Amino acid sequence: MRLLDLCSLIRSKNAGPFVLTFDFMGRDTASYEALRGSGVLTPELFAALYGGDPADILVVHHDRAEAVKVSMPRPVRQGDLRDSDCYGGQLYAPLVDLEVPMPIAPITTSERA
Amino acid sequence: MEIRILAPTGALGAGFPAASLERGVALRPHVIACDAGSTDSGPYYLGAGQPKLSREAVGRDLRLLLKARDTLGVPLIIGSCGTSGRDAGVDLVADIAREIARQEGLGFKLALIYADQDPGYLTMRYDQGRVRPLQPAPPIDVSTLTDSHVVGMMGVEPIQRALRDGAEVVLAGRASDTALFAALPHAMGADPGLNWHAAKTVECGAACAVPPRPDGLFVHLRDDHFDVQTLDTSVRLTPHSVAAHTLYENANPYLITEPSGVLDTTNATYTAVDEWTVRVAGAEYVPSDTYTIKLEGSRLAGYQTIAIGGIRDRVVIEQLPTLLPMAKEYFRAKIRDVFGGRVDPDDVDIDYRLYGQDAVLGTNDPDRDRPVHELGVLITITAPTQAIAHAIATFVAHASSHLPIPEYEGLASTIAFPFSPPEIDRGPLYEFTLNHVVEPTDPHEMFRTVHEEVKP
Repeated sequence: MRLLDLCSLIRSKNAGPFVLTFDFMGRDTASYEALRGSGVLTPELFAALYGGDPADILVVHHDRAEAVKVSMPRPVRQGDLRDSDCYGGQLYAPLVDLEVPMPIAPITTSERA
Repeated sequence: MEIRILAPTGALGAGFPAASLERGVALRPHVIACDAGSTDSGPYYLGAGQPKLSREAVGRDLRLLLKARDTLGVPLIIGSCGTSGRDAGVDLVADIAREIARQEGLGFKLALIYADQDPGYLTMRYDQGRVRPLQPAPPIDVSTLTDSHVVGMMGVEPIQRALRDGAEVVLAGRASDTALFAALPHAMGADPGLNWHAAKTVECGAACAVPPRPDGLFVHLRDDHFDVQTLDTSVRLTPHSVAAHTLYENANPYLITEPSGVLDTTNATYTAVDEWTVRVAGAEYVPSDTYTIKLEGSRLAGYQTIAIGGIRDRVVIEQLPTLLPMAKEYFRAKIRDVFGGRVDPDDVDIDYRLYGQDAVLGTNDPDRDRPVHELGVLITITAPTQAIAHAIATFVAHASSHLPIPEYEGLASTIAFPFSPPEIDRGPLYEFTLNHVVEPTDPHEMFRTVHEEVKP
């Protein structure tokens, strides 16, 4: 499955001028749990894509919102000379077609991340 | 106990249906509150003191809100006036409010709360070690605080004091979005966890509705829960959509920091009451040991002139990786020559942004090696003055459209410019300089309040 198959919304945004944040909204409970269980959205992945230290990258599994959230220092300060995306709104683009491996066994809802 | 909050829209000037506001008024809120600013549009608005939204758009919304407030006799609180919450933004919105009052025959007690920070005060707090970085923060020294235009983001306290002193309309400079909604319920004794969570939920208006739209939300805040509902029955709220709103433009969806503490939504519960209403409970507010005010700073970084063009010939596109660095070197020599040494090439930034190849994601783009057949070219020239930027842009644009193509003999034309002249002066360029907090002695010392009686 690709990430877009599992998500009803893939979004990047600023969280203030210095932090970039990504929201991956599951299409439904099963999709969210499959995404959470796949473990593909890691600090290492985001550090590889956008630079920075994995230790500075926060990954949160928000069960009630059925969403995975990732926040990291902005690669370039918002609005700076070399910033290409003042709202951070298109920076998620390389993730849309990310291949998400499906778990062999179904993940139960009691398994909290 | 029930405290009712009307949040008419996510941003003053973004609009809302008048019928939604009427429904909100019919529910008899204790307070109407609305945010008018953001850093999300970039450093220009704080640096230049200009608003993002037009006087007409802000006036349209403010007129309806002032009339609604007059009907209800309750406070109207607007924060981060003029986009950046600079003093100039407060004065601008106040000016619009006075004009509306004259036209509509409205009278009210007005409080203006200013959030611009005095460089002397900031220097003193910096020297005391009471300016702290938040992660990730750019490196600063004391000159950053004096060269930047700095605002402090106020909490509920200056707003509450203005209300206690009789204000009916509060126009605040830079303020925590949530504080606008939390101020009055907090003073009325609402549960802090519920109050701050309710405030966080409605601060963007109907952004968390399904589908999201520029519209309002209404809160019934009670002892052990709050109900949040849409004002337009054609859009819905679901437990999922309300829970998901804590993700929006936040680094951590569970922990939301305010000047006086942290809202923790980890244990919050969301339950559907009907298609338009969600009941929320369970969030906690954890007071901080130290009161902190977040600083926002924006500093002039230069002046820009740009030129926009396109390239369609694959022969030219293929040569660009060699030609553009060569052109930049040529321009360094040209700057020395043209200005007779009065302009240092190191003070000038000349950049080509190739839309279609690397422009948005740059070297992070996994598809960057895919061949393109048409390229957009944005040339930016950034210099210490607008006149220098413009002067350089004229020969940069000219030379860029006549790059030497080895395959072609004679003078080739290498960029299609859609405009004449191709150079567009963009004005000043600003940069954000601070991601810091200051520890004031009390929540009021960084803000100044002016009261005024607006007569009909």
